[in-house]
Amino acid sequence: MAETIATPGAHDDHGHEHHDEGWVKKYLFSTDHKIIAMQYMFTGMAMAVIGGFFAYAFRMQLAFPGMEVPLWGVVTSAEYNSLVTNHGTIMIFWVAMPVLIAAFGNYLIPLMCGVDDMVFPRLNRLSYQIFFVSAVVLIWSFFVEGGGFGGAWTAYPPLSAKAEYSLTPSGASLWLIAVALEFVAFLMGGINFVTTAMNSRAKGMGIYDIPMVVWMIVIASILFMASVGPLIAGAVMLFFDQQLGTAFFDPAQGGDPILWQHLFWFFGHPEVYVVLLPAMGIVADVICVMGRKKLFAYRTVLFTAIGTGVLSFTVWAHHQFIAGIDPRMAHVFTITTLLISIPIAEMCFCYIATLYGGSLTLNTPMLWALSFIATFLIGGVTGIFLGASGADIYFHDTYFVLAHFHYTFFPIAIIGTFAGFTFWFPKMFGRMMNETLGKIHFWGTIIPFNLIFLPLFVLGAAGQHRRIYNYDNFPELALPWMQDLRILATLSLIVMLGFQLVFFYNCYVSLRRGKKAPANPWNANTLEWLAPSPPPHGNFGDKLPEVYRGPYEYNHPDRSEDFWPQHVPN
Amino acid sequence: MRQRTLRPAPAPASVAQRRQQLLPNGVLGMLIFVITEAMLFAGMISGFLIVKANAPEWPPLGQPRLPAGETAFNTAALLASGASLFFANRAYKVWPNRARLPLLAALALGAVFVVFQGIEWVALIREGLTLTSSTHGAFFYLIVGTHALHAVAALVALGWSAWLLSQRRLRPGTLQAVSLFWYFVVGVWPILYFQVYLA
Ligand SMILES: [Cu+2]
Repeated sequence: MAETIATPGAHDDHGHEHHDEGWVKKYLFSTDHKIIAMQYMFTGMAMAVIGGFFAYAFRMQLAFPGMEVPLWGVVTSAEYNSLVTNHGTIMIFWVAMPVLIAAFGNYLIPLMCGVDDMVFPRLNRLSYQIFFVSAVVLIWSFFVEGGGFGGAWTAYPPLSAKAEYSLTPSGASLWLIAVALEFVAFLMGGINFVTTAMNSRAKGMGIYDIPMVVWMIVIASILFMASVGPLIAGAVMLFFDQQLGTAFFDPAQGGDPILWQHLFWFFGHPEVYVVLLPAMGIVADVICVMGRKKLFAYRTVLFTAIGTGVLSFTVWAHHQFIAGIDPRMAHVFTITTLLISIPIAEMCFCYIATLYGGSLTLNTPMLWALSFIATFLIGGVTGIFLGASGADIYFHDTYFVLAHFHYTFFPIAIIGTFAGFTFWFPKMFGRMMNETLGKIHFWGTIIPFNLIFLPLFVLGAAGQHRRIYNYDNFPELALPWMQDLRILATLSLIVMLGFQLVFFYNCYVSLRRGKKAPANPWNANTLEWLAPSPPPHGNFGDKLPEVYRGPYEYNHPDRSEDFWPQHVPN
Repeated sequence: MRQRTLRPAPAPASVAQRRQQLLPNGVLGMLIFVITEAMLFAGMISGFLIVKANAPEWPPLGQPRLPAGETAFNTAALLASGASLFFANRAYKVWPNRARLPLLAALALGAVFVVFQGIEWVALIREGLTLTSSTHGAFFYLIVGTHALHAVAALVALGWSAWLLSQRRLRPGTLQAVSLFWYFVVGVWPILYFQVYLA
């Protein structure tokens, strides 16, 4: 019955009438999934600039304690705390999430599924608007009395719960509100992504014909929505503790501070996979197109990703090995944590098998994709030390942890994003990117990145504790060789940040004078390359595509051409 | 403003509408939202259980006991409301106008639940159970209050559906999605009631 009556769908809500819209209506209040994707993309990039600048300011303080930092001034200890807290918060919640899930999800899901828009376009627009407000609230929190929140992105109470400890009476609450709003925005986005990919695909597109990046964004969205509930509960409780004087996390009045850690990490660990999976999906698509090979073991990769997602709900207490949990529990979480490295390794092997014997084109997107696999492997392997509770007792809260998760998050949020952005740039903007500038930017990012974080592994293994503002106060951590490594990391960071200017210049030059991109510059199979570059409103014009095969039929023996688009009948 | 009617739609142009869907878009979207909501309540309840398990005495000294008996009556009203909505959905499939009475009954019973819960709150505050009086009070108002907010939101959605029905503009997907949310609000309550009031 539901089928015979107008089902709620894209058309009902927005239709294809091309009315003359003003610039504001077209670009700021559009319900077009591509415009919303760009809004998320550019907001995320702007936030990345802020997050990167924060990293510069506190790294300068660590390398040259007490120095007047150019463009910032002397970094006080309160400012230092606020800088590291908001660097982490911004990079995870306002860069990785909006760019990898929201921007790529919005852009790619309708195009790759061969439809004209999301199923709930107005919900989609509202999602971005709430996200924008959340970013404004976060930035506002830096300027209130007492400054921005400085209790680390994990916001452990009691430090985060009481103004007399955090010294940021309004900053802490605004930070929480910003994070909560951001979650609401992604909830709306996630509902859209899953519903669109499951319910509205081109005719003939079975579930194993969906491109891997779409699957990964869908799985990531489900993971996010299944894990965020407990954190929202915790955030409400923390907000009540801050503003209403409740004692959920105050042991003196019967509360439990460790409870927050459980609620936070029940979300926090799946969150790693929430951002990792879309990046893995982007890389899968890039290596298949640039390697001209079918994705090795499509279904294995898909089910492995789902399995990883399920397993990721059972590992959270590896963050609490030294927080006083029962050692027997620690064993359980050690086992689950070590187990979860198996499916991820399996996915990496599938990717390597995809590359094996392919005819690789080493252009900019491919370089990013390959470096993703390489750097993420380092991040994964170093995580094993931290998952084993015995080793973690030593490594906990050292720079080893910090270097480990930057070797996971940097590949995810930065390398994965650049792989996707340079790969789909011709589609998004209708121009080819400059390859030379792209490669300069790639090497100028990847070499300094390793020079920032490899020294930090060494420092962490030598016992350098995190969240210390000035190591001069700790003579055994202020040895000359340690300080030299800190300076090396900081200088590498400055070099890396400098090379990002090449990227922005490349975008500018390519948009202005880049070669016009054809619809399918990479000879790729998936449906987005059927639409014109850039796709118009409605994506495919009047005739929506039909799908006849899977997304990765490259170098098929029966065909003279080395690719076989999904929409070609035979 | 485009009029939404029960007339069959003109030839759909979008693939989104030609596809045979397992679940209508609205229902699938709501289902995902309900999963998130279920996890929200799971987080609150597990926090409550941990704090309660570690407390030397529960409820803490000097704190009133919760009125389990009166709330059992409210619980019954809420469950009856859920059942009534179930019949409304079945009637709707046969003949939309027949859904009217059970839908209004579901609304009224839901309103009874919310109002009586409010009266209970006033009494408890008088007896000295507040957000800050103890973790008992804090968790009670957090969990039951969150549920009450959901109930109010769901009642507004039900009222809106009833209004759409009277205008002959209620679409089956909308009714199913709203009903799913109300079933969640109804279904989670016995668990909360058992954990917070009884156990
Ligand atoms: Cu973890």
